[in-house]
Amino acid sequence: MDMKIIHEMLATLWTVWAVAICLGIAFWALRPANRTRFENDARIPLNDER
Amino acid sequence: MSSQAALLPGRRPAPSYVEDVIRTSMVLTMFWGVIAFTVGVVIAAQLVWPQLSFDNEHLTFGRLRPLHTSAAIFAFGGTALIGTAFHIVQRTCRARLFGGAPLGWFILLGYQFFILTAAIGYLTGVTQGKEYAEPEWYADAWLTVVWVAFLIAYLGTVLKREEPHIYVANWFYLAFIVTIAMLHIVNNLAMPVSFGGAKSYGAWAGVQDAMIQWWYGHNAVGFFLTAAFLGMMYYFIPKAANRPVYSYRLSIVHFWSLVFMYIWAGPHHLHYTSLPDWAQTLGMVFSVMLWMPSWGGMINGLMTLSGAWDKLRTDPGLRFSVTAVGFYGMATFEGPVMSIKAVNSLSHYTDWTIGHVHSGALGWVAFIVFGTMYYLVPRLWGRTTMWSTRLIGWHYWIATVGIVLYITSMWVSGIMQGLMWRAYDELGFLQYSFVESVAAMHPFYAIRMLGGLFFLSGGLLMAFNMWRTVRSQPETVGTDGRTVFAA
Amino acid sequence: MIFRHATIEKNVILMLVLTLITVSIGGIVQIIPLFTIESTIERVEGMRPYTPLEQMGRNIYTREGCYLCHSQQIRPFKDEVERYGHYSLAAESMYDHPFQWGSKRTGPDLARVGGRYSNDWHVAHLVSPRAVVPESVMPAYPFLAERPLKYDDVADHLKALRMTGVPYSNEMIAKARADLEAQVNPDADPTDLLKRYPKAVVGKFNGESPQVTELDALIAYLQMLGTLVPISNIPPERLRQ
Repeated sequence: MDMKIIHEMLATLWTVWAVAICLGIAFWALRPANRTRFENDARIPLNDER
Repeated sequence: MSSQAALLPGRRPAPSYVEDVIRTSMVLTMFWGVIAFTVGVVIAAQLVWPQLSFDNEHLTFGRLRPLHTSAAIFAFGGTALIGTAFHIVQRTCRARLFGGAPLGWFILLGYQFFILTAAIGYLTGVTQGKEYAEPEWYADAWLTVVWVAFLIAYLGTVLKREEPHIYVANWFYLAFIVTIAMLHIVNNLAMPVSFGGAKSYGAWAGVQDAMIQWWYGHNAVGFFLTAAFLGMMYYFIPKAANRPVYSYRLSIVHFWSLVFMYIWAGPHHLHYTSLPDWAQTLGMVFSVMLWMPSWGGMINGLMTLSGAWDKLRTDPGLRFSVTAVGFYGMATFEGPVMSIKAVNSLSHYTDWTIGHVHSGALGWVAFIVFGTMYYLVPRLWGRTTMWSTRLIGWHYWIATVGIVLYITSMWVSGIMQGLMWRAYDELGFLQYSFVESVAAMHPFYAIRMLGGLFFLSGGLLMAFNMWRTVRSQPETVGTDGRTVFAA
Repeated sequence: MIFRHATIEKNVILMLVLTLITVSIGGIVQIIPLFTIESTIERVEGMRPYTPLEQMGRNIYTREGCYLCHSQQIRPFKDEVERYGHYSLAAESMYDHPFQWGSKRTGPDLARVGGRYSNDWHVAHLVSPRAVVPESVMPAYPFLAERPLKYDDVADHLKALRMTGVPYSNEMIAKARADLEAQVNPDADPTDLLKRYPKAVVGKFNGESPQVTELDALIAYLQMLGTLVPISNIPPERLRQ
């Protein structure tokens, strides 16, 4: 029975939780401070012969 | 990229990469592709003319169908992934493959041995009876060994890299390797009847087995057929277009959201079954949400071409890759729609699902492999281009017509089946017997087979083109008589 | 500072661990409750492990890939219930290793095909489908009718199944061979068999051959499908998951 209660709690919380994770990732990726670094990283395949 | 470009400041020359293994993987990929397409055409023909099994137990639909799906997914797709994984990880990390050629050969050939073992099993009736997880316990155990070696080689290469950042394509390949390992082991836990025999009984039963199987099955789609091939996209489209990926930040969001959401989507294969409702609902919600990261990835792939769209006119290989991304977008839109319970009540059990799978398998997976190979094969063999660019153009159109015939015929037949099964006449009786729906499918099964024939013909053109490319004299020969790596 | 993405991007082991955690969550939340929530499998009467003959027939069903064209899962829709019978219960596949719910209906659903057709119909249909149903696209299986069933190791099969959780008793395993032979022999006394396996259908399923053939086992399995749980006697609240 305990498992059932825990499970129902998780099942209601998952929306909040999924949204929080998505926002976190978006924040990581889109922070202006990272911009130039990412632009350099994106060039890795183009520079691999050099 | 230019063959004679000077090193970037502060860089050592690139190490010598393991390439023989990759060359062999390309040949094997082509071989398995032709086999997979051929068996597909055969079983499509059997649904038009069922006599084609010739009352022979080895040629029945039930035994050939796993051969077709495994040849397409695991042999054709998997071999392409192993080869491109080795190529990408070495170059983006600027490091020779961990374990060198011996480990590379072990992984590639060990994997081929797994495929052969499984395929012989299918024809002789050795199967676990779970879709896309048909190989029996001994083949599964061997695959686990090969897979762990694959993970070690990949991780080892990344660990000794010279490039500080791990390029995003590698994340996708790593997620593919490690997730497939988890799914494979959990779904295939089994109790052999005897250690001298092939037969085993799976550890799970009934409703739990169903959930675990589709958790496995859907994520074979998510991580084998999607994540890994996205890794291919994130390397080879920038390479062929000669410009960086449109948004590297979007690729990060794409990666984490895809990895997080895909794993939940399995229960949409079990809508309205004896699986409890809460699990079905979870599966549906995540499947619909998956549409977002999928289209994020599609936009990222397509926009990489912005400012270089003219390349599509001159480079039919790139046209394959870009069309693949288009089909990826289409299939990942159709998928969430079909996972909505109301739609699924009509589409489930019908040919619509088969059509959906093939817009992914032919349009996305096969096309991205073709695009990659048309780029990679000439370079691996030290040629400037494929033997015939015109033939690539022909391949492109024949294959595209084939896919269109395939998926449109399956849309029509699938929706028709679904509607016929639920149709009532004015007196309140079921309007059609089941067999009337079977008879109604006949013309669409014929069109589907024709589509498959087109696709196979394109594959044969490609195999011919590849053979001529490999056999032709190298066009660029350096002054010392050695082949120059030209691009 | 683990949670700076730059750190993750440069540390492959960390990235691997985070990926593994991310992909595990979905599986844990969706799979584990199916084992722990008791109502997942309805508590209904009638379910029993398959008889040795039925289980061997089931193995032929999986071997031939029947599940690729036939589902064994009736959905709770008016048309399906009218066409195939009461919707499927989770309990009805609780001893299925592996489950055979299927994903495609190139042919009709078989979850409740048991008792719908005669043994002779099944023999004729499996040997030559189009002789019975002209529009059928099913392959013919004449070889099943001729090939003797290999069952000398049937007790080992039940033992392996017991390891995976099917409640075969010691007696069932010891008598596996005898039970198999009794079920396919209309002249034998079925009392013992029926005590161990209530509702088992006894008969010479494949009248074309005096031997115990693979077809006998397959038809014994088909004739059992959907017949074990007395569905019309179950009050609706017992079916709630």
